[in-house]
Amino acid sequence: MSLPLLSLVTFVPLLGALAILVLPSANAARWIALVTTVVVFALSLLVWAQFDSHNSGFQLVEKLDWLGGGISYHMGVDGISMLFVVLTAGLMPLCIAASWESIQTRVAEYMIAFLVMEAMMIGVFCALDLVLFYVLFEGGLIPMFLIIGIWGGKRRVYASFKFFLYTFVGSVLMLLAIMSMYWYSGTTDIAVLLNGVHFPVAMQTWLWLAFFASFAVKMPMWPVHTWLPDAHVEAPTAGSVILAGIMLKMGGYGFLRFSLPMFPSASEMFAPLVFTLSIVAIIYTSLVALAQEDMKKLIAYSSVAHMGFVTMGIFSVTHQGVEGGIFQMLSHGVVSGALFLCVGVVYDRLHTREIAAYGGLVNRMPVYAACFMVFTLANVGLPGTSGFIGEFLTMLGAYLHNSWIAIFAATGVILSAAYALFLYRRVIFGALVKPSLQTIQDLSAREIAILAPLAVITILLGVYPKPVLDVTTPAVAKLIGDNKTALLFDHAKRVAAVQKETSK
Amino acid sequence: MTLQTDLLVLLPELILAIGAMALLLAGAIGGEKTAPLVSWGAIALLAVSGIATVMGPDHVTAFHNAFVADGFSCFAKVLILVGAALSVLLADEFFATINLSRFELPVLMLIATLGMMLMVSSANFLSLYMGLELQSLALYVLAAFNRDHLRSTEAGLKYFVLGALSSGMLLYGISLIYGFTGSTEFATIATVTHATGPSLGVIFGIVFLISGLAFKVSAVPFHMWTPDVYEGAPTPVTAYFATAAKVAALCLFLRAILTPFPDLIHQWRQVIVVISVLSMAYGSLAALRQTNIKRLMAYSSIGHMGYALLGLAAGNAIGARGVLIYLAIYVFTNLGVFACIQAMRRDGKAVESIADLAGLARTDLRLASVFAILFLSLAGLPPLAGFFGKFYVFLAAMQAGLVWPAILGVLASAIGLVYYLRLVKIMFFDEAAPAFDGVKGFGSTAIIAISGAVALLFIVAASPVLSAADAAAKALLP
Repeated sequence: MSLPLLSLVTFVPLLGALAILVLPSANAARWIALVTTVVVFALSLLVWAQFDSHNSGFQLVEKLDWLGGGISYHMGVDGISMLFVVLTAGLMPLCIAASWESIQTRVAEYMIAFLVMEAMMIGVFCALDLVLFYVLFEGGLIPMFLIIGIWGGKRRVYASFKFFLYTFVGSVLMLLAIMSMYWYSGTTDIAVLLNGVHFPVAMQTWLWLAFFASFAVKMPMWPVHTWLPDAHVEAPTAGSVILAGIMLKMGGYGFLRFSLPMFPSASEMFAPLVFTLSIVAIIYTSLVALAQEDMKKLIAYSSVAHMGFVTMGIFSVTHQGVEGGIFQMLSHGVVSGALFLCVGVVYDRLHTREIAAYGGLVNRMPVYAACFMVFTLANVGLPGTSGFIGEFLTMLGAYLHNSWIAIFAATGVILSAAYALFLYRRVIFGALVKPSLQTIQDLSAREIAILAPLAVITILLGVYPKPVLDVTTPAVAKLIGDNKTALLFDHAKRVAAVQKETSK
Repeated sequence: MTLQTDLLVLLPELILAIGAMALLLAGAIGGEKTAPLVSWGAIALLAVSGIATVMGPDHVTAFHNAFVADGFSCFAKVLILVGAALSVLLADEFFATINLSRFELPVLMLIATLGMMLMVSSANFLSLYMGLELQSLALYVLAAFNRDHLRSTEAGLKYFVLGALSSGMLLYGISLIYGFTGSTEFATIATVTHATGPSLGVIFGIVFLISGLAFKVSAVPFHMWTPDVYEGAPTPVTAYFATAAKVAALCLFLRAILTPFPDLIHQWRQVIVVISVLSMAYGSLAALRQTNIKRLMAYSSIGHMGYALLGLAAGNAIGARGVLIYLAIYVFTNLGVFACIQAMRRDGKAVESIADLAGLARTDLRLASVFAILFLSLAGLPPLAGFFGKFYVFLAAMQAGLVWPAILGVLASAIGLVYYLRLVKIMFFDEAAPAFDGVKGFGSTAIIAISGAVALLFIVAASPVLSAADAAAKALLP
């Protein structure tokens, strides 16, 4: 038995949090948090190194007794989840670094909240038991609530409550669905449920809706997305990065892990609903983004639009669409995280996020302008950046499913170019006339160290996406294959039922 | 069955009964200054009784099936004894701070605990009633114990009047059941109802029985006394009401419904479901607007009893297991919350307003953290202990096909979440109010630490509790 790598990746952050409890001074807390998150990132890379991309099943599996009665502590990753672990672990050190100077009050508590949240989020992607998944899925809400509520902006209380209640109400219905799955199959083991448990079609419908309630809010899909702009605007920079970079991905991950393979007939039945909501999200929220005066809000709305591509790709149940959805989530995790960090850079200097307060920054901040440019173009989906691959693949998948969907989604690409470039022009270009901007400083070494790796990854994945696609391809192929088999199975059962009925 | 074996079955109760009388004598002779000594004596007695409970014979009856000692009663008694012992500890420190130490208090708590132990052991409606009244009479006095305090006397009186009414209803229900089945013994009633099927008289009796018991667990619509009594009674006594008394009443509820009337489940289940859903909804909604922390806890307990009753409504061993797990977690969480409330003292005076908690995280981060963890645990948020309590109750409800009550229940818990989050918000987000005096006394510190640890670490150490509850539930419903 080798090292329990996944447990280490998940729970080392908690050790860091404990260490901060022992040494709660501000500086010690910062360093402990940074070291912990870097160690976790290294561990996550080790996970990637040990991962066998040709294997489509779960790897690095750990299983221990937990609650008994078919509910166990079961961890493992496959091609769908593994890279999310790496993404989470990779964004975390950057978040800690980004909070180095901007967080000055109650530093120890802040770092503890982040580390606890990291443990929960990584655990979500590793969990192979529904109850464990639920516990970790919900467990991340408390630290995020505190992060928004304590270190957030003016309307932080409103935003934190809204965030918590939206996600909680969605999730409790999923909990009941998990329970009825347990009573139907006698287990909550995801690996078992994926291989060989077929829920009756009528039951699938209800289960699908209950899971949808949770993941649609988390994703967030139109029209339950309204918590997101509020939460993003009020959260401190690092909180926004985590929200956009990772928390939103849990919704998409849930669709991939549960909805498609476990409730295939219901997924097929509700796919038109998902497509409609995705298209509305892509077009409507892009238009809303155009009208924003607040930088963070604009990026928040653009996140909703981008997540629309993801849901569209996933529910096309084509190889391209699903893989594109995963890629888009990973890419968006990097790009939107980086955009929020970019906003954080100027916010730290001027303490306003209003677009109108800026203009002509390129004159005094050339390095910043270059970084911002990379991420803006990636957000637009320019070929050569990671954003392009995801959008292209999801649209290709949607086209294979139904060309109209792809046509509507393509208008969203145009709109996203409009709002992203509009933002960029207003903030970066033009003459530097505002007196408050006359003395603004370009990126510090710390800020360059945060943004540079993200820029490199954005471009690298844009020109050479193979490392990511290699990991996801076998798992996606298996997912789609299983989905089709299960659909045939459900279909055969229906036919048999009809025959039985007629032969009577 | 000889007298000796019968007495051996009731050894834990006998220890308490004789011990309580001895302590009463010691106090009467020694005067007020013996109060701390009597308190520690009471705690020691409770501990000894606990050991006797765990070591005692299993699955035996005594006094012609009036009492039964089985895994279920053992589980319940341990919880009751823990709740009682820690409440005595809290009470000792509480009354020492306000210079009102009296030896009668631990003695009364011992007597009430004795009543509770008899309640959860009784297998006959008459012994049930005896235990219940022994407990209730002691509790009436305890509620009014801070006798110079207007609210406390009011609480005692209110509790007494309404309690007497509910006892009357209970007794009336018992007499109807006796009249239509010819027995007060649970096992015999089960045989008779199995043979005859539901008769109108028995159903009437059950409804009155449920009404009386619902009063004791403070379920809607029999909850009116709860906020006043919780607010008026001295804090450690409230802790006692919220923990030991609730465990006893609910375990009694389980046994007195599940063992005699397994065949009438369709009749009583609808009543329990309605009570449960109303309690969950009302507890959550009414708590939203409270300004006094103890009143808030009263409404919270109404809601929590609603969740627990959902497990009873499932009507099988899985449901009973859910209730027991729920209670085990609830006892520890509530003791911690009341220990924290007891620590809310500013310049030597107790404060109880929620606004007094403002910004507690800035003045006393440790207390605020434990407080927040306990509240979030009560709200049922994973990964804290309270989640698992709710989980097993709802799991049982789903298994029993009570899907709609479960859906309403989780929605009620989402509403309940708002007021718990509001408390966290007040402690962590708001500007600081003047600092509290700080947690004083070994007992309070220990209770706060233990309850916080239980809430946090239950997730990793759950399985012994789960298997114990499982065994206890199977002992009740083989």
